[in-house]
Amino acid sequence: MFSPAAIAMAEKLGLQKGRANLEVFAATLESLAGTDSSIVAVTSDSRGSGKLGGFAKAFPKQLVEVGIAEQNLVGVTAGLAACGKKAFGVSPGCFLTARSLEQIKNDICYSDVPAALIGISSGVSYGALGTTHHSLHDLAVLRAINNLDVVVPADNFETREAIRAASQAKRPFFVRFGKAAMYGLHGEATSFEVGRAITVRDGTDLAFIATGETVIQALLAAGELEARHGLACRVISVHTIKPLDNEAIFQAGLECGAVITVEEHSIHGGLGEACASVLLQAGVSKPFKIVGIPDEETVTGAQADIFRHYGISMEGLSQTALNLLQSA
Amino acid sequence: MKDAELELKAIQLRKHLLQVIVSAGAGHTGGGLSCMDILNVLYNRVMKVSPETFSDPDRDRYVQSKGHCVEALYVVLSDRGFFPAGDLETVCHYQSHYVGHPTRHIPGVEMNTGALGHGLPICVGMALAAKMDDSPNRVFTLLGDGELAEGSNWEAGLAAAHYGLDNLVAILDHNTLQITGHTRDVMGTEPVVEKWQAFGWDVREVNGHDYAELTAALTDPAVPGRPTFVVANTVKGKGVPFMENVAKWHHGVPSDSELVEATAELDAALAQRLEGVE
Ligand SMILES: Cc1ncc(C[n+]2csc(CCOP(=O)(O)OP(=O)(O)O)c2C)c(N)n1
Ligand SMILES: [Mg+2]
Repeated sequence: MFSPAAIAMAEKLGLQKGRANLEVFAATLESLAGTDSSIVAVTSDSRGSGKLGGFAKAFPKQLVEVGIAEQNLVGVTAGLAACGKKAFGVSPGCFLTARSLEQIKNDICYSDVPAALIGISSGVSYGALGTTHHSLHDLAVLRAINNLDVVVPADNFETREAIRAASQAKRPFFVRFGKAAMYGLHGEATSFEVGRAITVRDGTDLAFIATGETVIQALLAAGELEARHGLACRVISVHTIKPLDNEAIFQAGLECGAVITVEEHSIHGGLGEACASVLLQAGVSKPFKIVGIPDEETVTGAQADIFRHYGISMEGLSQTALNLLQSA
Repeated sequence: MKDAELELKAIQLRKHLLQVIVSAGAGHTGGGLSCMDILNVLYNRVMKVSPETFSDPDRDRYVQSKGHCVEALYVVLSDRGFFPAGDLETVCHYQSHYVGHPTRHIPGVEMNTGALGHGLPICVGMALAAKMDDSPNRVFTLLGDGELAEGSNWEAGLAAAHYGLDNLVAILDHNTLQITGHTRDVMGTEPVVEKWQAFGWDVREVNGHDYAELTAALTDPAVPGRPTFVVANTVKGKGVPFMENVAKWHHGVPSDSELVEATAELDAALAQRLEGVE
C-alpha cells in the first residue's frame, strides 16, 4: 500500500500505523452488542470476511446468517430494523450495493427504517479478484438514492465513530471501508460528526479533498509537496459523502489555489463530481482535478498496485498537484 | 480418452492447480480440487469445444457460475490447448489478463463470472438462443452448493423448465462446504435432488469423482423437454488428504512446505495409478 518513501514520510509526519478499519468495525460492533442486546448482525456467508467470528461466538443469538443471498440479507435487515432491532447488514460492498440495490432503495431507504448497511472490503480491496469484486459504483448509486447517510471512514478513529453513529442513527445508514491497515489521522480529541468533514492539515496553495482510505495518500502527498516544493496543502477528510459538507468544500475552493479530489471510486458520480457540483453552483472556479478510478476496465493487481497505477499514491498525487498548479 | 487416462490427467491438473494458486498468492483451493474431475470430463470427453472450434456458433458452451474456482478452469483450459501453461504464472499479478475470476479476455472463457448466482440465468439465455437457432449445441454450468442460496438460481430454474430447455445441464459441485463451514449449518439447501425434481428438472445424482458415473450423467440423452441437473457429490479439497473436508482450505493458499507435502501426496497417487495401469 505504501512505498518506502511514503512510509518514511508517514514517520516524518508522526503518523502511527493502526489496524485495518475492518477490524475496528468488528471490534466496535462487538463491544456495542455487549451492552445493547437489540444489535443484530446479518451476514451472507460473510462473517469471516467481516471479522465477525468473535461476535458470532460471543453473541450467537444476535447474529442472523442468511447464506450467500445478499438480496435476502438486505430485506431481512430491513425487517429486523422495522421491528426495533438495531440491524447491521454486513456483506462485501460489491455485492451489497449492486445485487441488493433495489432492496436498499425500497426496503431500507423508501420505507425509512433505521438499518445500518456495512460494505466490507469495498473499493478495490479485493484487487486482483477483478471487477465482480470491486465497488467503484456504490457512492454514485447511493448518492442518487434519497434518505441514506453515506459514510466512508479514513482511519480507525473515523471507523469507530462511524459505527457508533450507525448504532445510534434513527435513519438509514451506510458505511464502507477496506481491509488494509491504516495510519491514524486524528487524535482522540477530534470531534466526529456525520456530515461534517475534518480538516487534517491546513494550507492554501492547494486543497486535497479526499475520502476513505485515500485520505492518507493525500496527506502524504501534502507532506511531500511541502518538503520538496515548499507548498502548503490543505487536506480534508470527507468521511460523509451524504449529507455532504458543502461549507468545507466551498471554503477550500474559495481559499485554495487549486482543488484535487481523491477517492477509491469511479471518477463518475462520486466525491469528485459532488465537489464540482458544489463549487460550480457556488460560482467558485479554480483549477480542479478528480482523481479516482477512470472509466475503463480496472487494471489487474492488488489494491496497492491499482492505487499506484491510477496515481492514488503520495508520488502520483504530488505529481498531479504540480501539474495542476503549473497549468493554472 | 479412457477413464484411466483421464484419472492420470486429473492428478497432473491438481498439481498444476496448486502451483498456480501458490504463484498467484491467492485462490480457491478446496473448491478447485472438488470440481477438477468434473471439468476434466467436460473438456476432455463430453463437450464439443476446442481451441479450433471456439468461434463456431454451434460449439457447446460452458459457464462457470462458481467463478471463484477459476484456477481449476485455467489449468484445464491450458491443458486443452487454449493458451500456453506459462501464461498462468501471471495469475493475479499486476497488469495480467488472468484475473482471480473468469473473464472473456482468456481464450476458452465464455462469460465473466465471480459474483455467485449468475451462471444459470446466463445459461438459460444461451440455451434459449440455441433453440431459436436450431443449433445442436448444449449448454453447461457449474454451481456451488453454497451458491444455491442465491435466489437467482431458483428463478432460472423455473425458467429453464418453463421453456423445456433439454439442451441445458446444470452441475452442482455438492461438496457440502462453503466459506463459513458446512452448508447445512450456514443455510440449508437440502434436499437438492427433490427440490430440482419439483422444479421440473431431470435430476441425476453421481459420485463427482467417478469418471464413468460423471460421463453417463453428462452424456446420456436428456429427457425431452426437461433441463438436466447433475448433483455431483464431491469432496472439497479432493486429492490432498490434509485439505479434504476442511473449511479453511476454501481460500487457503498453501505455504511452501504445504505445497511440497500436497505435491508428494499427488505424486504418490500418480505412482500408484501408473502401477495399476501397467
Ligand atoms: C454474490 C456473491 N456473494 C458472495 C461471494 C463470495 N464467495 C465466494 S466463494 C463463496 C462460497 C461459495 O461456496 P460454494 O458455492 O459452496 O462453493 P465451493 O464450495 O464449491 O467453493 C462466497 C460466499 C461471491 N463470490 N458472490
Ligand atoms: Mg460448496
